[in-house]
Amino acid sequence: MGQTMYEKIWESHLVRPSEGDVSVIYVDRHLVHEVTSPQAFEGLRVTKRAVRRPEKTFATMDHNVSTRTKNIDLVEAASRIQMETLAKNCKEFGVTLYDFASEDQGIVHVIGPEKGITQPGMVIVCGDSHTATHGAFGSLAFGIGTSEVEHVLATQTLQQNKAKTMRVNVDGQLQPGTTPKDIILAIIGKIGTAGATGYVVEYAGDAIRALSMEGRMTICNMSIEAGARAGMIAPDETTFTYLKGREFSPAGANWNKAVAYWKTLPSDKDAKFDLEIRLDANTLKPQVTWGTSPGQVTDIDGVVPEPESFKDPMDRTSARQALAYMDLKPGTKMTDIKVDKVFLGSCTNGRIEDLRAAAAVVKGRKVADGVQAIVVPGSGRVRRQAEKEGLDKIFTAAGFEWRFAGCSMCLGMNDDQLKSGERCASSSNRNFEGRQGPGGRTHLLSPIMTAAAAITGRLTDIRTFK
Amino acid sequence: MEKFVKHTGIAAPLDRANVDTDAIIPKQFLRKIDRVGFGKHLFHELRFLDYEGTKENPDFILNQPIYRKASILLARDNFGCGSSREHAPWALSDFGFRVIVAPSFADIFANNCVKNGMLLITLPTDKVDALFKQVAAKPGVQMTADLEAQVLIDAEGNKHPFQIDSFSKTCLLNGLDQIGWTEQFKDKIEAYESRWVSDKPWLK
Repeated sequence: MGQTMYEKIWESHLVRPSEGDVSVIYVDRHLVHEVTSPQAFEGLRVTKRAVRRPEKTFATMDHNVSTRTKNIDLVEAASRIQMETLAKNCKEFGVTLYDFASEDQGIVHVIGPEKGITQPGMVIVCGDSHTATHGAFGSLAFGIGTSEVEHVLATQTLQQNKAKTMRVNVDGQLQPGTTPKDIILAIIGKIGTAGATGYVVEYAGDAIRALSMEGRMTICNMSIEAGARAGMIAPDETTFTYLKGREFSPAGANWNKAVAYWKTLPSDKDAKFDLEIRLDANTLKPQVTWGTSPGQVTDIDGVVPEPESFKDPMDRTSARQALAYMDLKPGTKMTDIKVDKVFLGSCTNGRIEDLRAAAAVVKGRKVADGVQAIVVPGSGRVRRQAEKEGLDKIFTAAGFEWRFAGCSMCLGMNDDQLKSGERCASSSNRNFEGRQGPGGRTHLLSPIMTAAAAITGRLTDIRTFK
Repeated sequence: MEKFVKHTGIAAPLDRANVDTDAIIPKQFLRKIDRVGFGKHLFHELRFLDYEGTKENPDFILNQPIYRKASILLARDNFGCGSSREHAPWALSDFGFRVIVAPSFADIFANNCVKNGMLLITLPTDKVDALFKQVAAKPGVQMTADLEAQVLIDAEGNKHPFQIDSFSKTCLLNGLDQIGWTEQFKDKIEAYESRWVSDKPWLK
């Protein structure tokens, strides 16, 4: 019987197979940021361990950086200490760091791919749950905790049990107004926020094949929101074209060798998955969340659901709690919901294509009165590219604020936050209670619908937006 | 790492599904560079009425006097979902929790708990329902988690067997240094590296 892509990568990375205990797998790339690493480096110091492979380890500052200034002295003290601690640790342990001042600083899951650090067939880990983003290249990429960060720093390996495999086939093609974000939100809505727990998910089908790397990253990025260990997409010509010529991509004779290897990675035709799911892109409508969990999602032309309409008693309770927190009444049309803030950015939708698509919506229009809208590019490189194309001018002319790169209001660790009771249209990945600021209310949607919400001041169906 | 063999304590009910790690420990408390002192911020937004954390929410379960010393948490589906922050188990452990019982847990959170000497017990939904009913009927009752025997003994003395993978069990029972455990395979790591790099020179 054939093998799935996950099984191929798993097998090729086994340093020591489980003998009734746990397997040890090799890690090709370890990405590090300021929030989940200080205790890991401290652990190394205490136990007098070194970083085993500093050249396979890359660090940046993203979670709590300011998006208003590049002057670290103006950053709030606790955040500054964390950034300075990362700089000190990287220097002491010999790790490459794209620091706050670096032109290439940005969200770890944006800069890995754009620098060519992320490649097919690799095992990639990071102390961040959105590490699955890198799976878009046909790598096995997943988030780990700080103890595991220390383990990888010390041994370049990880203890792992093999996951189950799921394939999500997205057939047909996306219709105008629908985007990769709508695909992944619909998948989470369909299988639930724990629907993929214990699985590595491979996304396949015509609609996935047709996507750019940016779109594929958006989909893999939110795999964790369905509970999956990782999400992945088979590498193809789109992948190779994206990677060719990037800073850390293979070059010269190695390029051909690498591509030949990468072509062996896709799941075999007769590979068997533990679970298969289908989604039809042809009939998919733009999605928007109404609740406080990414699975609480509906069509943009739908209404806030009646909690009693859910079959499962726990779903009913969750829906009641969510509607109370979100201050929404069942039956309200999603497009009647007004917003106070708009956030365009994040590791889900802060890449150049997202900004291009959003700018096309915004061009020549004005942000609605009373709405604060910010654009936070995913990296310094995305920001520079956008400026080269004049996208920044389109956004600022419309009344958006044009910021520096970082995680920003996706998690509100810096000063970009919602105030209690404020409602936000957000291109990010989590609508948990308090995620974007204590008491803040989040609606997740695609970057183009995020842009449209800024213009109309309410959740908006992009298909009828004029 | 602290060993976990057997633990008896008060079980507190947290009757919400999909409790995410942002709820367990909000981001404003992640800007620390050590592992200690997170317990006072545990469930901050649920536990306090104000941002500063000076006014307790009297309706929140852990603010009830009987549960201030709780060390077993009864929870619902998908507990610990969301962010990979290990600050979540650090906060739960610092508050005093040693055991969490739920129908399901998020993957990364579960890994993180084992690394911090906490036992997660997964039981079928109907059994967890029954445990919730026990504590509702008699708040403050104690339960016992026996890892060696892989059994949870509820307030009425009923024994609920649970599954745990053998390596996690070994780690918890012995308080194993997991990095040290992997380091015994140093030769295998080196062999892998030389093989992998000669096959795939672009990965060096």
